[in-house]
Amino acid sequence: MKSSSPLSWLKSREGLYYLALALLLVVILPLALDPFRLNMVGKYLTYAFVAIGLVMCWGKAGILSLGQGVFFGLGGYCMAMFLKLEASTPEATAHQSTPGIPDFMDWNQVTALPWFWEPFHSFSFTLIAVLLVPGLLAFIIGVAMFKRRVSGVYFAIITQAIASILTILIIGQQGYTGGVNGITDLQTLMGWSIRTDAAKTTLYFVGVGTLFVCLFVARWVQNSKFGRILVAMRDQENRVRFSGYDVAAFKIFIFCLAAMFAGVGGALFTLQVGFMSPSFVGIVPSIEMVVFCALGGRYSLLGGVYGALLVNAAKSGFSESFPELWPYAMGALFIGVVLAFPNGLAGLYRRYVMPLEDRLFSRKPAARPARPEPARREDKTLPDHLSVEKP
Amino acid sequence: MKQRNHRTPGRARRLLAGLAALPALVALASPAFAAGPPTAEVNTTDLAVTDDTVKVGILHSITGTMAISEIGSVQAEKLAIKQINESGGVLGRQIEFVQEDGASDWPTFAEKTRKLLRQDKVAAIFGCWTSASRKAVLPVMEQFNGMLYYPTFYEGLEQSPNVIYTGQEATQQILAGIDWAVKEKGAKTFYLLGSDYIWPRTSNKIARKHIEKKGLKVVGEEYYPLGHTQFNSVINKIKLRKPDVIFASVVGGSNVAFYKQMKAAGVDFTDESPLLLTISVTEDEIRGIGGENVNGIYASMKYFQSLDNANNKEFVAAFKDAYGDDMVIGDVTQAAYLGPWLWKMAVEKAGSFDIDKIREASPGIEFKKAPEGYVRIHENHHLWSKTRIGRAQSNGQYEVVYETKELMEPDPFPEGYQ
Repeated sequence: MKSSSPLSWLKSREGLYYLALALLLVVILPLALDPFRLNMVGKYLTYAFVAIGLVMCWGKAGILSLGQGVFFGLGGYCMAMFLKLEASTPEATAHQSTPGIPDFMDWNQVTALPWFWEPFHSFSFTLIAVLLVPGLLAFIIGVAMFKRRVSGVYFAIITQAIASILTILIIGQQGYTGGVNGITDLQTLMGWSIRTDAAKTTLYFVGVGTLFVCLFVARWVQNSKFGRILVAMRDQENRVRFSGYDVAAFKIFIFCLAAMFAGVGGALFTLQVGFMSPSFVGIVPSIEMVVFCALGGRYSLLGGVYGALLVNAAKSGFSESFPELWPYAMGALFIGVVLAFPNGLAGLYRRYVMPLEDRLFSRKPAARPARPEPARREDKTLPDHLSVEKP
Repeated sequence: MKQRNHRTPGRARRLLAGLAALPALVALASPAFAAGPPTAEVNTTDLAVTDDTVKVGILHSITGTMAISEIGSVQAEKLAIKQINESGGVLGRQIEFVQEDGASDWPTFAEKTRKLLRQDKVAAIFGCWTSASRKAVLPVMEQFNGMLYYPTFYEGLEQSPNVIYTGQEATQQILAGIDWAVKEKGAKTFYLLGSDYIWPRTSNKIARKHIEKKGLKVVGEEYYPLGHTQFNSVINKIKLRKPDVIFASVVGGSNVAFYKQMKAAGVDFTDESPLLLTISVTEDEIRGIGGENVNGIYASMKYFQSLDNANNKEFVAAFKDAYGDDMVIGDVTQAAYLGPWLWKMAVEKAGSFDIDKIREASPGIEFKKAPEGYVRIHENHHLWSKTRIGRAQSNGQYEVVYETKELMEPDPFPEGYQ
C-alpha cells in the first residue's frame, strides 16, 4: 500500500463513511432516543458483530455459515455463566436445597457446581472464554471441514446441523445449562447493576466502542494481502491452491475470526438483555443473522452493521404496529430486498448514491464523464480503493 | 390457529344481553358510567390513566410455535376486558389494551414488557404462557414495578411480588390427582412420563415424593425432548412393567404422536389398565390430538369446559358468541379470563391503580363469579382453587368425575417435596 501511516485511510472517503457511522451511533442516536429505545439499539448492535463476521467470512471469503448463532450463543453463555454465579451467592439462594448454586441447578436436583462452571467465577477468565470458546469450536469445525475441502452448500448444511445439535444439547442438559428457559435473572457485573438506565447507556457505548474495534480489525484484515488472498480464494479457489497457498488454513483463520466476533456480540447481548437462552443458538436466529448481512450488503462491512440495525429496528417497529401481521411485513421486506437489489443496501448505495456524491464533491467536474462506468462501482471482487490503485 | 369471527349485529346484541348479568358483581365500587375518583388520587405513579381511560397490556405469542396455545388466552383476556368495560370499567375508567406479540421468543417477551411498562406505562399486563417467557419477563417486571397476571399452570418455585399467578402451581394439580387415583382407582404403581423441561421435571419430582410417602411405587420415570415424536420404546416399557397409572406431562406437539402411538399399540384407555392421568392435556390440546385418540384418559386440573355451574355456562356462552361456536375452552384460557377481573377487583379494593397498593390489596380478594366456581387470592399471590378430575370423551370434552371438597391451598415452595 502506498499510504505512509496505517490510519491515513481515515482521511479518504471511506474514512468519512466510518465517521458518519460513529456520528450516528455516538452522537445522534443517544441524543434522539430515550433510554429505552437506545437500549434496544444497543441490543441490535450486538447482532452487528455477527454481521461483520459474516461479511468477512461469506462476503469476502465465500464461506457461507448458517450457524453463526452457535458462536453468538457460546459467547453469550460464557458471559451469562459469570453473571449467574455472581447472582447466586449463598445469601441470595438461601431458600434452595443447596444454597450457592444457580437456581435452575437446584430445580434439577444438581447438588454441586459442575466443574466447567468453576472457572467462570473469574471475570478475566470469562473475557478470555468469550473469545476462545467460540474460536476454538470454529477451529475444530474448520479443521474438520476445510482440510477435507468441504465447502459451499455442504459446509452451510453442516453448520446448520451444528446449530441444531448445540440447541438440543443445551436444552437436554438443563441441570447444567438452564434448558429451554436459559440462564435468567442476571443482575450485576462485579457489583455494578446492569439493569439501570445508566448502566444500559454505558453498555451501549461500550458496545459501540467494541464494534469499532472489530470494524477496524476486520478492515485491516480485509485490506491486507491476506484479505486479497481471501477474495482470490472465493473467486478461484483452485488457482490459489496451485499458486502454493494453503487454502484451508486461510479459511480456518477467517472462520475463527468471524466466530470470535460473534462471541463478543453474544457476550454484549447477554449484558444488554440480562439473560441468555437457547433461542439465540438455533437454526432460525442463525439464518436471521445471515439475512442482516444479506440485506445490508454482504460485501461491505458497514453494510452489515446497517443491515443488522435496520432489520432489527424494522422487526420491533412492525411488530409493535401490526402485532398480527408483522411476520408478513418482514417476509415482504426480505423478498423485496433480494429481488430488487441483490447486493443489499451497500450495493444500492454504491450504484445510486455514490455517483451523486461524486458529482457533488468532485473538485474536477470535467473529469466526470471520463470516469469509469458505474459497473465498476458494482464490482464485487475488489473494494473500491483497490481497483483504482496503480502500482 | 383459527380465529373465526362470525359475529353479526344480532349476535352482538345477544351477547350484550347475555352479559347484562355480569355487571351486577362488579358494580360494588362505583355505579356504572359514573365518573370515578380524580386521576391524581388513583394514579400517583405516572401510569397511563386518564379521567376516563386506563391502559393495560396484553402480551402473548400470536405468531410462532406457541401461538396455537396462547391465542385462547388472548381471546379470554379481551373478552373479560370487554365485559368489564360494558359494566362501567374500573374506577369509572374504560380499559384500553395495548397488544404486543411475544412471537414465541423469550427475549422478545422481555423487550415488549419493557416497552409496555416504560413507553405505554400500562397499569397491568396480562400475558406470558411458557415458564421460559415468564422467567424472561420477571426481571423487567420487578425492575419497573409492573403487575403481571400469569395464566398457565406451572411448576411453582416462584413467588414474585410483581406477578399474580391465576393458574395452578404444581402441587395443587398433582397431589389431588394422585390422591384420587389411589383412593378411587386403587392405584399402587406409577409410571412418570414427561417432556424434558422444568415443568414436567418439577411436577414429577413432586409426584414421586407424594407417591413414595404413601408407600407406593414409581416403576419408571422418563423424559423426552420437546417436539419428540417417537414413543414406541416407552410404550413397550410401559407394557412390560404394567403400571397401574401412567402419569403424563408431555406437552405440545409431542402429545399428538404419543396418544396416537399408544392407540396404535393397542392400548385402549377406556379399559383403564393402565389408567392414564395427565396434567397437560386440556380441551385445546385434544383438538390437535383428536378426541378418538384420548377417549378415556383422565386429566387433573382446575377447570373443564363442561363444568356444570351457572357462572361457567354464562362464560362459555359469551366466549362462543364472541369467537364462534367451534371454540373450545381449556384450563389456561379460563385462568386468563380471571386476570382482568382480579385486577379490577384489586384496583377497586385499593381505590388506586398504583402497583404497590394493588399488591397490598390483592391477597384475600374473592372472585365468586369465576367460571371455575370460586377463587381467592392467597398471600403468596397464587389462587386458592378446587382441583377436578375429568375423563376425556371422544367428542373432545371432559366429563367431570371428581372435584376436591375443599379449595386446594397454593404452595409454590412445598416443604418435603423439593
